[in-house]
Amino acid sequence: MLRKTALWIDERLRVSKLFASTAGHTVPASAGSWFYVFGSGTLLCFVLQIVTGTCLAFVYVPSADEAYTSLEYLNYQQPLGWYLRALHYWGSNFMVSIMAVHMAQVFLFGAFKYPRELTWISGCILLLLTLGMAFTGQIMRFDQDAYWGLGIGAAIMGRTPLIGPNLVHWILGGPIIAGETLSRFFTFHVFVIPGLLIALVSLHLRLVLTKGINEYPVPGQGVRKETYAEDYEALLKKEGVPFYPKAIDKDLIFSGLVMLSILVCAAYFGPKGPEGMPNPTYIDTVPAPDFFFLWIYAALALLPPYTETFLLLTAPVVGIGLLLALPFLSNTGEKSARRRPIAVLGVILVFLGLSTLTHLGTYAPWSPHMEAWSGDPTPVQFVQGRSPLELQGALVLQNKQCRNCHSLGGHGGLRGPALDDIATRLTRDQLIRQVIQGGGNMPAYGKNLAPQEVSALVAFLQTLRPTYVPAAHDSAVPAASGG
Amino acid sequence: MAANEPGSTQTTPAGISRRGLLFSLGVALNVVAATLLAIPIIGYVFSSFRRNVASQSWIRLGALENFPEHQTRLATYRNPYTRPWDGKTADIPCWVRRIAGEQFQVFAINCTHLGCPVRWFQESHLFMCPCHGGAYYEDGSHASGPPPRGLYEYEYKIEQGQLWVRGGQLPTLSEPL
Repeated sequence: MLRKTALWIDERLRVSKLFASTAGHTVPASAGSWFYVFGSGTLLCFVLQIVTGTCLAFVYVPSADEAYTSLEYLNYQQPLGWYLRALHYWGSNFMVSIMAVHMAQVFLFGAFKYPRELTWISGCILLLLTLGMAFTGQIMRFDQDAYWGLGIGAAIMGRTPLIGPNLVHWILGGPIIAGETLSRFFTFHVFVIPGLLIALVSLHLRLVLTKGINEYPVPGQGVRKETYAEDYEALLKKEGVPFYPKAIDKDLIFSGLVMLSILVCAAYFGPKGPEGMPNPTYIDTVPAPDFFFLWIYAALALLPPYTETFLLLTAPVVGIGLLLALPFLSNTGEKSARRRPIAVLGVILVFLGLSTLTHLGTYAPWSPHMEAWSGDPTPVQFVQGRSPLELQGALVLQNKQCRNCHSLGGHGGLRGPALDDIATRLTRDQLIRQVIQGGGNMPAYGKNLAPQEVSALVAFLQTLRPTYVPAAHDSAVPAASGG
Repeated sequence: MAANEPGSTQTTPAGISRRGLLFSLGVALNVVAATLLAIPIIGYVFSSFRRNVASQSWIRLGALENFPEHQTRLATYRNPYTRPWDGKTADIPCWVRRIAGEQFQVFAINCTHLGCPVRWFQESHLFMCPCHGGAYYEDGSHASGPPPRGLYEYEYKIEQGQLWVRGGQLPTLSEPL
């Protein structure tokens, strides 16, 4: 009976035929490799995001006034709301990460070359759209990070020549970050970008069917336009297998592991935030972007300021342009990573660059520690046995917020150099000059310190050196005996 | 030739069949309708691309007594341009520095680098930004870090013992207050 019904439906919908021509399409046996599992892994994450996102939309209120409360409601009152939020958050982390690995693999295996240029280009657009989802998703978690993240986005757009102010006004949906801003980011996150993603995923998969999956590259067997189609056809004839059921096994295992990992991460780590109400008058906040954008956050702190506007406006265009042009810049020839040292080096460099910046972004050494001056302890060894003047100086150091940027004994900001051994590097005169005039990224304190405060501070700073290292001295002045 | 197609027996001297004419007419009709549909949609979606200049207006920050001389205090105001569902997001903070008497400086909260909220430190007379390490002196001028200029400063006026500033928009480099 069941079989009869199934046949009846299939006779009308022709599902089995469709299935055979899609999931059952012929792939080179060599493509059934562990290296080829990341595309399907990304797709699985996307499907998971659609499901969990739809669930969240049952409860979430996309209104600047109510969004935060509805997130709290999801976390604490809606049954399993916290878990769905966690799944959606961890799903996004996994999606971006696996997509990055997929892209690196495709690049290293030369799969972007003839005739799969369009597959690569659609993949690049999918990457951009996914990052768009990541950014707008961070805005959906409408907390302080989201609010000030929007401010950063607006500040970047505001640097565009001529139409900057209009762009800002358009993206914010008004003159300030407020009600309409969240509404429109909700629309982007829930309707516009997912719609484009579905369309592009379809195109991407269609191209996998029409142009075939890349064969596992063999060193020395480069792509030649004249013969590639024939060679590929011959390869399929010789050792082609249907994707389902012959080459799907590893994809299934990987997808299962990914899904389990997301479930475990979500259960163990829980959802992210919301952290701090999106009330702009609560200014005691340290906004930071989510994981995916930490590298941009770091780059924006470390770039020389005079290059910043130029790079903000040109680097994305050049970078995206290069990505899209890649299959045409290197259209044929060697595919195997074993014979493409520059490609391998490039991937390593990009990976190292991004991970270094991301790592720096996690502790942001360029940001002053706003509470260090009042909260961090002065280690005992820096005050023990000091004269009253020097102790007074230690107080100046504390009270004038020097510790927000300078650490003592490992406590305090990292913006400026640690002061533990400052006396080995600067003489008394140099210390006074540095404090009063600033320089090298340090503000000048001349106007804010009384002369006696400077004397005390410098007297204290001169004691900051290990006993076994001599103090810095002015070579023009004979060193004091015993110095 | 079109005349041989089934169902199209009549042809004009120019060789246009009835079916061809209907097809062209259908295409033209849809182009016109789609254009008419696109105009309001584009107008709607991009309406906020055009800025409402009137969103800038004078805002009362409070009585002068609230701002002691030689001090910098945080003040907040309700943005003049609001929507009913803005909630707290339309409450905007700013730093008010009373230099002396009726001499003021009112700074936007936003760092000129990338818009993060700067904090005032009374003891060291500095504004510090938590995001990328920008710092400003008490008069708003750039002290250190990546900001390309000093803090954004509101235009202000004093009327009947009240401090007013002119504002209503998020300040950016290309459009400071």
